[in-house]
Amino acid sequence: MGRIKDGNMKKTNVIKAEKLTKKFGDFTAVNAITFEVKKGEIFGFLGANGAGKTTAMKMLIGISTPTSGDAEVAGFDVYKNAEAIKKNIGYMSQKFALYDDLTVKENITFFGGIYGLSRTQIKEKRTQLINELGLQEVTNELVASLPLGWKQKLAFSVALLHEPKIIFLDEPTGGVDPITRRQFWEMIYKTAHNGTTVFVTTHYMDEAEYCDRVSIMVDGKIEALDTPKELKKQFKVDSMNDVFLKLARG
Amino acid sequence: MSIKIEHISKSFKEVSALKDISFEVKEGELFGLIGPDGAGKTTLFRILTTLLIADKGTASVAGYDAVQNYKDIRNHVGYMPGRFSLYQDLTVEENLEFFATIFGTTIEENYDLIKDIYVQIEPFKNRRAGKLSGGMKQKLALSCALIHKPKVLFLDEPTTGVDPVSRKEFWEMLKRLQQKGITILVSTPYMDEAALCDRIALIQDGKILEIDTPEAIINHYPKKIYDIKADKMYELILSLNAYEYNHSVYPFGEFVHYTDKRDDFNPQDLIQFLKTKGLQHITIQETETTIEDTFMELAR
Repeated sequence: MGRIKDGNMKKTNVIKAEKLTKKFGDFTAVNAITFEVKKGEIFGFLGANGAGKTTAMKMLIGISTPTSGDAEVAGFDVYKNAEAIKKNIGYMSQKFALYDDLTVKENITFFGGIYGLSRTQIKEKRTQLINELGLQEVTNELVASLPLGWKQKLAFSVALLHEPKIIFLDEPTGGVDPITRRQFWEMIYKTAHNGTTVFVTTHYMDEAEYCDRVSIMVDGKIEALDTPKELKKQFKVDSMNDVFLKLARG
Repeated sequence: MSIKIEHISKSFKEVSALKDISFEVKEGELFGLIGPDGAGKTTLFRILTTLLIADKGTASVAGYDAVQNYKDIRNHVGYMPGRFSLYQDLTVEENLEFFATIFGTTIEENYDLIKDIYVQIEPFKNRRAGKLSGGMKQKLALSCALIHKPKVLFLDEPTTGVDPVSRKEFWEMLKRLQQKGITILVSTPYMDEAALCDRIALIQDGKILEIDTPEAIINHYPKKIYDIKADKMYELILSLNAYEYNHSVYPFGEFVHYTDKRDDFNPQDLIQFLKTKGLQHITIQETETTIEDTFMELAR
């Protein structure tokens, strides 16, 4: 994607993993993965169910200590500064994002508080966010009553409240209707355009094509890592879906 | 007809989940219900499997009325709900035996039907269901839904959250089941799976947008779609959205799918416009319509 060529912005690495490994007893869930993610990059983290994506992601966001290997996220070491990592990243998953029985306004205020924003900052951000998403009419509605697509867009914005350096998105668009899914990706593009790194997992292979670079995990290892264009060339196929099928089916 | 749905409506308090739905599924057909979360797919499944009664309208499955003959329906259909609902504390084999027993049959009697699927999890037959991986749970659930040799199989989002490889394998299994004469109604939010069904219904907000074969639905699409590419994706989307003649602008993989309001659209005009916006390496070419394009056009 063209943005890689733009200026110097992309040169800094915001994620560095070296031989990062996680074992559970005899089972090696993540097997010595090495990769780097640059500032402002949209990085697709793909793999079959059970390939080790979630375990790898948990180590990167500072909630699981690696068995061996090294990783630095947003400039902090995953062993020594896990707490600092949590403050400098945003995280959103399909399974947990917002509190259903709080209103839109309450959710924003609550997460703003968790992220350590001041009252004034929260108020400012809240107004901005509600206007941008066009949620003026539902600010006092419970999040439970919102359509899934709105919830996901709101959750994404909430995860960006504290202006993190990196946002981790774990299957953010599962089950969302196709129009909203695309609006969601426009938000991702915009976020990356503003310099925030986006680290995203997905099972939609057309979404893999939207990423600047993509890694594919198979049985705990990263078996491929490149731009979608290069991967398609390397595997001599026309789509990321076929790249995925070739790799994961062996 | 294997499934007959006539003017079904269902509301939950103020939320109207299904609005006057009618369609039929033929015997032996693989019929897809395609739509996002909240479209009403699960509500319809629950009505057809007699777990829920519609406010209005009638439905029949395998010739039995969904209200009057609900017990007959239960004996003749298999249902795999979206959420894993087997007994987590029973082993793989115990679950299967349990379902065989309550339907008055044995694993041996219908082993033939589930063999292809069950052999893949048989090595783990003494493992508790709760300890299985997602893919294995899915195979066990399907085996349990088939063990009484149902006439009609209901699968509610069997592939949601499942990776492309396992999704492909699952559809191959469905095709084989169809060949054994089972009618299948399957729902999915993945538009690419629509092409694998004999006929599909596109559903959103409790309403059917269209019902037909996947090919026919694609052919009904009213416009020419163009694949557009340029050096900067985000700027390309913004510029296309700002173009006064755009009818629709949707990112599609490495391209943007674009349709124009004018019948005499000339791609060269658009290239010129995009150049003034500072974009480079612009390509525009006609492309084939997909089910997803059609869905988005109908849902607008």
